[in-house]
Amino acid sequence: MSGVRVLVGTRKGAFVLRSDGRRKDWDVSGPFFGGWEMYHIKGSPVDPNRIYASQTTGWFGQLIQRSNDGGVTWEPVGNQFNYDGVPGTHQWYDGTPHPWEFARVWHLEPSLSDPDTVLAGVEDAALFQSTDGGQIWSELSGLRNQDSGSSWQPGAGGMCLHSIIVSPKDPDRIFVAISSAGAFRTDDGGKSWRPINKGLHSEGLPDEDAEVGHCVHHITMHPSKPDTLFMQKHWDVMRTDNAGDSWVEISGNLPTDFGFAIDVHAHDPETVYVVPIKSDSEHYPLNGQLRVYRSRSGGNEWEPLTKGLPQSNCYVDVLRDAMSVDSLDRCGLYFGTTGGQVYASNDEGDSWETIVRDLPAVLSVEVQTLA
Amino acid sequence: MIRVVLPAHLKTLVNERSEVQLEVDGVASQRSVVDALEGRYPVLLGTIRDPTTKRRRPFVRFYACEEDISHDDPEAPLPAAVVSGDEPFFVIGAMAGG
Repeated sequence: MSGVRVLVGTRKGAFVLRSDGRRKDWDVSGPFFGGWEMYHIKGSPVDPNRIYASQTTGWFGQLIQRSNDGGVTWEPVGNQFNYDGVPGTHQWYDGTPHPWEFARVWHLEPSLSDPDTVLAGVEDAALFQSTDGGQIWSELSGLRNQDSGSSWQPGAGGMCLHSIIVSPKDPDRIFVAISSAGAFRTDDGGKSWRPINKGLHSEGLPDEDAEVGHCVHHITMHPSKPDTLFMQKHWDVMRTDNAGDSWVEISGNLPTDFGFAIDVHAHDPETVYVVPIKSDSEHYPLNGQLRVYRSRSGGNEWEPLTKGLPQSNCYVDVLRDAMSVDSLDRCGLYFGTTGGQVYASNDEGDSWETIVRDLPAVLSVEVQTLA
Repeated sequence: MIRVVLPAHLKTLVNERSEVQLEVDGVASQRSVVDALEGRYPVLLGTIRDPTTKRRRPFVRFYACEEDISHDDPEAPLPAAVVSGDEPFFVIGAMAGG
């Protein structure tokens, strides 16, 4: 029987939520790695029992955990993320050169074809790859060493590489996004990269149309349309239909276009979901109403989805990696909040139920659809 | 025999409930004790000190004989009471955060 497994990373541990295809009754297991920040947990599309997890604290640094049995048991694998060669510098907050320093892994992206191959997006922003199940990590340094790298500057949340998308049409084409630097693309498997930020406008920049420096919060893609990407920028929801060569704004009638999470319906590449957040200084929903907005037209026309979500006195945030979709029929959606709730919809967002409500602050949510 | 007391998170990583006992080759110092610790438990690589520079992580401290020895020379011999096993060598996760 089909089912789903929801992998939840929180500020104080990981949780695994399981249900059958009806997605009504849930088994909650965890915390795994209690007390550690679990930035991201994601399973291999090839082998769903192979799961990678980023485990970190400010005290004891970074570990990578791997499960071969669907999250029941875990083993630590390699945690050495050494920048390639002499790392050089990027800009610090005061504009002075600052050496690249590894802080943590924000995002793990298992390969579409090999369960032992996985990409890692890290802070300070760089992309690493392992081809042996997470034991040895090597930097794809062409990204950091492309022309603009030395000018990147961290934002308030640190200079993190948080989004990684490998094109299902061409494994040599990879998209990444970096907080306060922007989006980048390689067409040669990571050897060379170029910024893909044309069309982004950021009022916080001296040159609002600069080639780099935009605070991209998250990017997503539907696998059937690999040249179309959707972006939640600091402010503005954007789309591209030419693999990032140019972007257009699709915020349309959203009540606020600040936010972090964005995702695409599993079966309809023109149905997009965002969670609008009031502003960059008030990281909570507008008017205390937690609402997912859905566009069935690829953007611009958005409808609020409220059934089952708190519509008063709700002041949580939904972070960039904390929303995910399953591929059952009807498509399911899941998101977690900084207040520790994980919400699920088994009807494309029309209605929502709370799976759990008192976890630590949720950093990431990934769902696996199981045969 | 050196007795090492680890902080709770690192005890969990090495699956030990109480203190760890280590044989250390040569002079027992902060560095040689952590070398031995990482040798027995590779999962600790990078959790106590930077694996390349060998610098102690900022929020990790070393205590011995009721003294904070974190800023001592990492190669300096540990107190005799630690070397004899009468006193443990503490790896501490510093209090932080208010």
